[in-house]
Amino acid sequence: MTAQTKKPLFPNTPKPFVHPYFGGMVLGIVLFLALLLTGNGLGSSGATTRFVTAVTDVFAPEHVDRTPYLLKLAGGDKNPLDDWIVPVYIGALLGGFASGLFNGRLKFETTKGPQISDRTRWLMAFLGGVIFLYGARMARGCTSGQALTGGTTLSAGSWVVMFAIFGGAYGLAYFVRKLWN
Amino acid sequence: MNFPLPEFVAVSAANPWTYVVFGLIGFAFGFTLEMSGFGDSRKLAAQFYFTEMTVLKVMFTAIVTAMVLLFGAVGLGILNFNQVWVNPTYLSSGILGGLIMGVGFIIGGFCPTTSLASASTGKIDGMFFMLGGFVGAVLFGETEALFDNWYTYSGYFGRLTLDQVFNLPLGVVVLLVVLMALFMFWGAEQLERIFGKKDLSKEPKLRIAGAGALFAAAVAVVLIGSPSLEDKYNALKFTRTETIEQLNADPIVNTYTYTADQMLENRLVFISPAEAFKAKYNQAMNPVYLDVRNEADYNLYHVENAVNVPVERLAEVVPVLLTEPPANTVFIVMSNDETAAVEAWKFLSASAVTNVYILEGGVNNWIAFFGKEDKTLAVQPKPNAGDDELGYIFPVALGSTYESCSPDPIEYEKLDFQAKIQLQLKRDKSGGGCG
Repeated sequence: MTAQTKKPLFPNTPKPFVHPYFGGMVLGIVLFLALLLTGNGLGSSGATTRFVTAVTDVFAPEHVDRTPYLLKLAGGDKNPLDDWIVPVYIGALLGGFASGLFNGRLKFETTKGPQISDRTRWLMAFLGGVIFLYGARMARGCTSGQALTGGTTLSAGSWVVMFAIFGGAYGLAYFVRKLWN
Repeated sequence: MNFPLPEFVAVSAANPWTYVVFGLIGFAFGFTLEMSGFGDSRKLAAQFYFTEMTVLKVMFTAIVTAMVLLFGAVGLGILNFNQVWVNPTYLSSGILGGLIMGVGFIIGGFCPTTSLASASTGKIDGMFFMLGGFVGAVLFGETEALFDNWYTYSGYFGRLTLDQVFNLPLGVVVLLVVLMALFMFWGAEQLERIFGKKDLSKEPKLRIAGAGALFAAAVAVVLIGSPSLEDKYNALKFTRTETIEQLNADPIVNTYTYTADQMLENRLVFISPAEAFKAKYNQAMNPVYLDVRNEADYNLYHVENAVNVPVERLAEVVPVLLTEPPANTVFIVMSNDETAAVEAWKFLSASAVTNVYILEGGVNNWIAFFGKEDKTLAVQPKPNAGDDELGYIFPVALGSTYESCSPDPIEYEKLDFQAKIQLQLKRDKSGGGCG
């Protein structure tokens, strides 16, 4: 065993996840630093909208100018990507990759319940993404921007959104249990 | 130090470091999510079958940790809470959007940011969720016009925090949220024991000490309290730049810093009727005229489009003033003379409303300046009018129907005045949260 005391930087076998309370504490400190330095919290779903709006703006700028919601993001000479949430989104992708790299969890695989095929899981993940982002734009923020950040700043509306998210998921969980159990 | 740092409230090409700072915040965010196991959809979905409550534990530990630190820093006067972006409350779209998100969560197994941590480590289902997200975002943009009115106005309360809802001091709310979270952690562990067949005796004992530290920190936040309006007023700092043109050389730019009292003493926030009027035609700004007199005076005569908010009711509109208007909004407060307007300026500035100015000499001065050539205005000067009283006698209450309430922009095209307004950039409202 003595020969193995030197740990490889990029291990091949996955290391265990950190304890949830520890992970939460680190996440809380990151969130606090973001609020302290910039006055903005964390988020990501806004960047999704901004990316698709930027693409629309390249191919169909007239359409952007006719659609009120897109107009607010990219009307006239406004660049929809000129927003803090865009570097946060890209940073989160890189950060997730780095953690996977250091902990030996970089692997092409599909995480799913035991009763469904990969294809079913992919379809459900895709559908879930469509539905989630639709709801996130309606509620003006997702689990990060509303529940986590707004929960911390004690925004009344964000606490309502947070309970609605959990309500929606718990309400439907029984009916889709085949997907996960 | 005054946090948040004004350099970092928004990204700007003029300061590339802003991209680095936000990029690093995102990096740390993605890293922590992945190391907590949120790249695996089974771990996330397990939350909704009570077998593993990692989502709740991570999320609420993060919320209470950040909250205790945040309001501790606010109480100690390090951080100005009014400059921190608080998600505005929209009850209707929030509830429906939240329920829809819940459906997406249990079907898709991720939320948007966890799908990033998942996709970036090679999970194919995470990639599909991300892709679906782009489609969902397009769909929302295309369909929003169908319910724009409901989306924009239904259940809108502006910047509303839980302490205002329950009418409790901020610190007490922080303590209650911490107690609720600790109770939820205990409950979550019981559920894991029952549904997940988990052996709790193997859990680290350190978590009990952590809970104790958290509780102690929350009690400290209650004891520190939050800074009074007066403390906030005294901490205000304004910068003003002065440009001196040079012959055959670059202009010299001097920057000065003033306290709020110095701004009043040097009359840097008093703008002439001419400047207040011209602001309407200035593309760079969006003036909002706040008439802080009583309703009777307002009905006798007021500037066109002025909003009547008597000075004693200003507190009610602060949440809206902080969230709603675009970044280039300039608030011009006015009373009959200046006394009430100065009070209003102090209150709004201390409440972190930016770009507030006072109409010099108030409505009386406006009438003296624009009323001279107004034939529709038949008023007598009021002899011995007291301080901050209307200086004219109006036979009828015609509000803003006089010509001088909305002076003709062509007739008054050329006006000489010393410009006092210097726009102070606020955070981009659409950029907050996930916006």
